[in-house]
Amino acid sequence: MAVTDKNVQAALATNRFGLGARPGELREAADDPRGWLAAQLGGGPPIALDGAGSLTSGSEALAGFFKLRALRQAMRQEEQAGMGRAYAAPGDGKPKDDVVASIAGYTRPIYLAEVAARTTTAVRSTAPLLERLVWFWSNHFTVSAAKVAVAPVAGAFEREAIRPHVLGRFGDMLQAVVHHPAMILYLDNARSFGADSRRGRRAGGGLNENLGRELLELHTVGVDAGYTQRDVTTFAQALTGWTINPGRRKPTGVGEFWYVGAVHEPGSKTVMGRTYPDTGEGQAEAILRDLAGHPATARHVAGKLARHFVADDPPAGAVDRLARRFLDTGGDLREVTAELVSLDAAWDPALRKMKSPNEFVVSALRGLDAPQVEPRIVVASLDSMGQRPFFAPSPAGWPDTVAAWAGPDGVYKRIEWSVAVGEKAGPKLHRADGLARSMLGGLADDGLMTALSRAESGAQAVAMLLSSPQFQRR
Amino acid sequence: MPTRRHILGAMAALPLAGLSFPTLSWSAPAGDARFMVLILRGAMDGLAAVPPLADPGLARLRAPLVPGRPGSEGGALDLDGSFALHPALGSLHALYRQGDLAVIHACASPYRERSHFSGQDALENGTATEAGAHDGWLGRALGPGRPVDGDRAVALGETVPLILQGGSGVTSWSPSILPQADTDTLQRIARLYERDPQLSAALSAALEANQVASADGDGKARPGAGPAARFISLMQAAGRFMATPGGPRVAVADLGGWDTHAGQNGKLGRQFDMLGAGIDALRKSLGEAWRSTAVLVVTEFGRTAAVNGTAGTDHGTAGVAFLLGGAVAGGRVIADWPGLAAGQLHEGRDLRPTIDLRAVAKGVLSHHMKITRATLDEVVFPGSGSVSPLPDLVRT
Repeated sequence: MAVTDKNVQAALATNRFGLGARPGELREAADDPRGWLAAQLGGGPPIALDGAGSLTSGSEALAGFFKLRALRQAMRQEEQAGMGRAYAAPGDGKPKDDVVASIAGYTRPIYLAEVAARTTTAVRSTAPLLERLVWFWSNHFTVSAAKVAVAPVAGAFEREAIRPHVLGRFGDMLQAVVHHPAMILYLDNARSFGADSRRGRRAGGGLNENLGRELLELHTVGVDAGYTQRDVTTFAQALTGWTINPGRRKPTGVGEFWYVGAVHEPGSKTVMGRTYPDTGEGQAEAILRDLAGHPATARHVAGKLARHFVADDPPAGAVDRLARRFLDTGGDLREVTAELVSLDAAWDPALRKMKSPNEFVVSALRGLDAPQVEPRIVVASLDSMGQRPFFAPSPAGWPDTVAAWAGPDGVYKRIEWSVAVGEKAGPKLHRADGLARSMLGGLADDGLMTALSRAESGAQAVAMLLSSPQFQRR
Repeated sequence: MPTRRHILGAMAALPLAGLSFPTLSWSAPAGDARFMVLILRGAMDGLAAVPPLADPGLARLRAPLVPGRPGSEGGALDLDGSFALHPALGSLHALYRQGDLAVIHACASPYRERSHFSGQDALENGTATEAGAHDGWLGRALGPGRPVDGDRAVALGETVPLILQGGSGVTSWSPSILPQADTDTLQRIARLYERDPQLSAALSAALEANQVASADGDGKARPGAGPAARFISLMQAAGRFMATPGGPRVAVADLGGWDTHAGQNGKLGRQFDMLGAGIDALRKSLGEAWRSTAVLVVTEFGRTAAVNGTAGTDHGTAGVAFLLGGAVAGGRVIADWPGLAAGQLHEGRDLRPTIDLRAVAKGVLSHHMKITRATLDEVVFPGSGSVSPLPDLVRT
């Protein structure tokens, strides 16, 4: 491929692989754009997030949630016992309303603190590639606060199960994800009981296939890997017993992962042609280990990475190389990411992808060097663009195609947001050309620079710059 | 109380105004057919919306939630002597009396658990489980090669909901909380998009949508105007979209707030007011196009037959769907009534489903939107060959 201008390459490095240039960042990247990215892979993403006071751990957050929920149930039972009274005075529902309100009141500050920490970390990051990887993997292994019980733990899930592993082994991330209470809750494994388990034989109860199915379909081998309904059922049976400590006195703490042998479906299980002896918790762990190293998983993950960073329909050669690297290194994500950054196809100057709303908002805040991140405004902004933080619409996560983010309402809301930001940031600007160069470098072509120079005000220039195709795409 | 089958049989004899005058066709050409799905999120209580007053089980199970007899002060609104509408559903009652509303009772999607989250996913993806498909049944009905051609659906909301995913030509619109962008800035941005056909098309579609949606407003959500005003403005916009020549023929909107675990009477009264006002707004903004429109109002599941300890109801199974619009062969209650006696309830607690919601949707899609049976059985609702489209839902 032709050697692209270094200024364009630096802009690609910061936009396509990063989160948009902060002031001065393009200068740092310009000498050696690929090296600038490679250097980020030398470290790891910060585990303690910026701008966060003290964030609540997933199990602490859940413990509090369980307590409130138990209180609500107790109140309901009490009211049911005194049913006649409740009938006589329908307004008697009040105390329960307070508990419902207090569940929302309990979750909201935790949620906002997570949004603030995640956004501030991304806005200030000097290794933005790693934040992009956190978001990518967190979307690959989606848990969504759209499910009420997940809302207090969605942020903790990303910090605890995803963030530490984005440059580690895929298999380790997979184990961390499936052992995390947020995923167990989100995909309904907490109450999935084996029919032949000790509890199943005594008290009945049923299998929930949700986690087993999504692990195959979305998280590992992918929908076309040739597994059957029987594989899904058997895998779900192997996962029975993977639950969360609801608060009884046990070796693990409240809200933590808890393996319960009494609900585990006994017997050996065969999944995708391999048979696994019944080792309790270890049985599903062994299946996950094999799935993590499966060639279909390598292809599935490689395809998603290439689709996210390169193009909706990435060249087959690029996917092949990523998949091979994944298999050759035993799923070493540092190596796979390094391979991704070195793909020639990833440096095509054509801007084939559209930033997600989250990428767009964070890149604007970075480019404008926003001093403060107000989480309520971030949530309202992203909500209006269709990407409320931690609220993915389904276990498949947020969509990752241009079409999904370039719809009429989405594009228009981004423009309106840009206008609103322009009105805040613009008046302080004398000229927008410096800003355009520090945000877009070699991507700010003559057409854009001329249009910006003719803007009637600083506010309008900022709105145009943020709305421009060069800034909306990557 | 009517026995099982009674109502299905009786309605065949109902005189329908449109049918008496074969030369005056009530139905517009197929290409003009409009279809809207309104999703009531949170599980609307079907037994409260359409109480089966003739069933003695009703008062036994939920006396505090049963409205007064039709004709009494603030009483229920009679439908057919057996069923009535909630007193706050006056707008729907008027539609029923003019033959534009069909009530489908004891109806449910094939989903049989009781989670809102999974139930809504299943309702929208057109299968029995949340994992059954990753796109939506209405989206698949709009897929390539379907009779409804491209750029023909609008989602009223910030994003395209699951039910419309997988379709082609789906646009979206919602009122904005942000200050309006001025025309000069928009024109300059439009010029920046001249070399980017995709963004350019999106922006002009958005401007067009704004114009349609805000024919007598500015498309702005009023701060503090509350959910009722927002819902009414969405329904108004839906009507304008579908009435616009060459505009979308399919629309989806939703309304939350139906999860009435406590203090149900007051909450549902407000919800039904809002629903009725939204439907009225839709009908007005559709104008003449109302005659070729069918609106399917659905919820993820019904609620418990009995009142709970907090003057509310918990998650249940079967409930009510409404089908309304000028194209609907309405003025009737469609039900295969399962009964509310102890032995008749699903799992001893819920109204038992006797009509598959997919049969209702298939009836509309097949006779109103002219989608073939094979497509409905295999693509729109995969593996639903054994579920026949409900006949005669729309005027022909």
